Amino acid sequence: MKRPKIKSIPYEEFKDNETFEKIVAELNAGGAHVLVKPLDDLINWGRSNSLWPLTFATSCCGIEFMAVCAARYDIARFGFEVTRNSPRQADVILVSGTITNKMAPVLKRLYDQMADPKYVVAIGGCSISGGPFTKSYHVVKGVDQIIPVDVYVPGCPPRPESFLYGMMQLQRKVKVENFFGTTNRKQKDPYKEEMKEQNVELLNQQEEA
Amino acid sequence: MDNEKLTTESVKPAAPTAAATPRPVAPKPAAPAAPAVPAENLCELQVVAPEALHAEMKRLHDEEQMDFLECLTGMDWEADGLGVIYHLESTVTGKRVCLKTVTTDRENPLLPSVTDLWDVANIYEREVFDFYGIKFTGHPDMRRVFMREDWVGYPFRKDDETEKNNPLRMDNEPLADDTEVLTLQADGTVKSNRREIFEDGDYVVNIGPQHPSTHGVLHFRVALEGERIKKIDPVLGYIHRGIEKMNESLTYPQTLALTDRLDYLGAMQSRHALCMCIEKAMGVEVSDRVKVIRTIMDELQRIDSHILFFSCLCQDLGATTAFLYGFRDREKILDIFEETCGGRLILNYNTIGGVMADLHPNFQKRVKEFIPYMRRNIKEYYDIFVGNVIFHNRAKGVGVLTKEQAISFGCTGGTGRASGWHNDVRKRMPYAAYDKVQFNEVVRTEGDSYARLLVRLDEIMESLSIIEQLIDNIPEGSFQEKMKPIIKVPAGTYYTAVEGSRGEFGVLLESKGDKSPYRLHYRSTGLPLVAVMDTVCSGNMLADLITIGGTVDYIVPDVDR
Repeated sequence: MKRPKIKSIPYEEFKDNETFEKIVAELNAGGAHVLVKPLDDLINWGRSNSLWPLTFATSCCGIEFMAVCAARYDIARFGFEVTRNSPRQADVILVSGTITNKMAPVLKRLYDQMADPKYVVAIGGCSISGGPFTKSYHVVKGVDQIIPVDVYVPGCPPRPESFLYGMMQLQRKVKVENFFGTTNRKQKDPYKEEMKEQNVELLNQQEEA
Repeated sequence: MDNEKLTTESVKPAAPTAAATPRPVAPKPAAPAAPAVPAENLCELQVVAPEALHAEMKRLHDEEQMDFLECLTGMDWEADGLGVIYHLESTVTGKRVCLKTVTTDRENPLLPSVTDLWDVANIYEREVFDFYGIKFTGHPDMRRVFMREDWVGYPFRKDDETEKNNPLRMDNEPLADDTEVLTLQADGTVKSNRREIFEDGDYVVNIGPQHPSTHGVLHFRVALEGERIKKIDPVLGYIHRGIEKMNESLTYPQTLALTDRLDYLGAMQSRHALCMCIEKAMGVEVSDRVKVIRTIMDELQRIDSHILFFSCLCQDLGATTAFLYGFRDREKILDIFEETCGGRLILNYNTIGGVMADLHPNFQKRVKEFIPYMRRNIKEYYDIFVGNVIFHNRAKGVGVLTKEQAISFGCTGGTGRASGWHNDVRKRMPYAAYDKVQFNEVVRTEGDSYARLLVRLDEIMESLSIIEQLIDNIPEGSFQEKMKPIIKVPAGTYYTAVEGSRGEFGVLLESKGDKSPYRLHYRSTGLPLVAVMDTVCSGNMLADLITIGGTVDYIVPDVDR
């Protein structure tokens, strides 16, 4: 799928389609399998509409996240309403709030506990760059220093609309993924190559012996 | 040679500030009234020598009934030594005292502990030890409270190279099983003992830092006896951002921005406290219009906070519908805020000398619509949740806090008032327009979880009535006093408190006459509330920890600062 469809927002109205198209081009560089790709699309359709977030909030952005979950902004329209308290059941971690030096190992552990495929959304200035606390001695200057981030949602705190926009961007990212892996026949599998080399080495060693 | 040069250079810039030949010329036209009368909130600090401190404190506590330790602030006066400022208040006579004690030993600073007189001193003194490295003799638990236990140095000391010594550590933090106890012996030497935090054979469960019902990132180590809680050891600092230290390098208008992020459900009140502290210290009188606007905004914020308190408590106990009801009403307040302030949660509205923008033309109309709407809807809260028999069983008689405990732990706000302590700052030291309105201080006597919920729901009604009295009588006038572009506060120590959403929020400002504060300490509303959890919860079920924590109502970013 090259142009994933998000209900109610036309493709052109998303802001940074260039970055997105770059990702799509990269993913499909080796071509798409005629049978596997439609299966991918089907599974991604399901996955993108049922992303379960981890209930993780350290400060102000967490309150806005609660507001997004409540009736007016209603995150359930997108299938995100099943907030999980255990990282083992969650698909996406919304890092809402400042991450301090003491919290950093905890966040890393939470991320490691999540099952693949997993996504990270950095919500608010603090988790993107340290925000108003960049000069502090106890604040991590951006969570991307410790875990990989998929979507950044700026704001202090972001408005609920920005939350939803960021989550829709994540949905688009999920929708173009190759869930069953890429099949690029032109490219050699690095793992197989490595094994071959090792086998050759072993044979050489045996011959020498 | 290099060293000598450095010292002479560092002395030079300091000398003119002390000698002050050019300085008096500058502030004279700006604040002519300031030198005549001392600022209203200036603290008259009685200096007590460390040796005499404990005896003096005991006298104040026993004879002058100073039973409320309002604020305990660590200080670093560089060459003058390290020290602590105590704010005491008597709940009987209402008298207030500020004391100061200093030790010049920077290598191994020792001060006597006052934990035996006020329970809350325990966590306050740990905070001072954590930030300044001052050790308290006679303290039962001299451990760090906010920073990791392997943290190097003391971040709030003026000469500490915090960032250099402490790179980001990604290994799991160590948690000690024992703690240090220092005792001052008769011959003046100090003996150090180790003491186990939990007893042998205790079954210890970790709750947090990632837990949906701890209202932020808070970590409790809970010792259990069957299903009953034996002891709670709170581990804080997962959202410690060092705001107080950052303030020392920011100008006064810049410091305002960070107050909103302390207790984000009391953004208006926290910022109000800081603005008022600076204004009073400078001798600036704000217009009546500003006072009334601030009062209305504070009360709207209080309603907002109490609604969220109710919603989260319901959510924690599994009543999701009630959560949605609460947020429905909260959005109405956020709409009102948004029109005038532009923000929903972080409002950045108060400024030094006024407010950021005048009220939106729709403001009065919206608020007048909101008052009857909220009065009607609060009945639904009772129908859907408060009257529920399951909730009654889980809240009535659970987590009882007596009045004496509440005062000793300094639990202000709704938690203290549910235990029968009249601690409302709006009544004790009226500020803004609170002396012009009629309202009752909601106080109950049961002190259990149920009382704590009811106090807050009743406070919503009181706040509505305060707003109702003011909304039609907003005086005309300017919404912002004319201030100088660079704001400098005259030298001195100032303390101002407001009634925040969950208790007394105080600001202690020490100025040396510069454009940024020398020390800016916030009396956190939440820190005493977390400290009291051990006392309130012991003997209760583990499951009730969530109910009690929810009703005690702390906000962790405000606790950790």
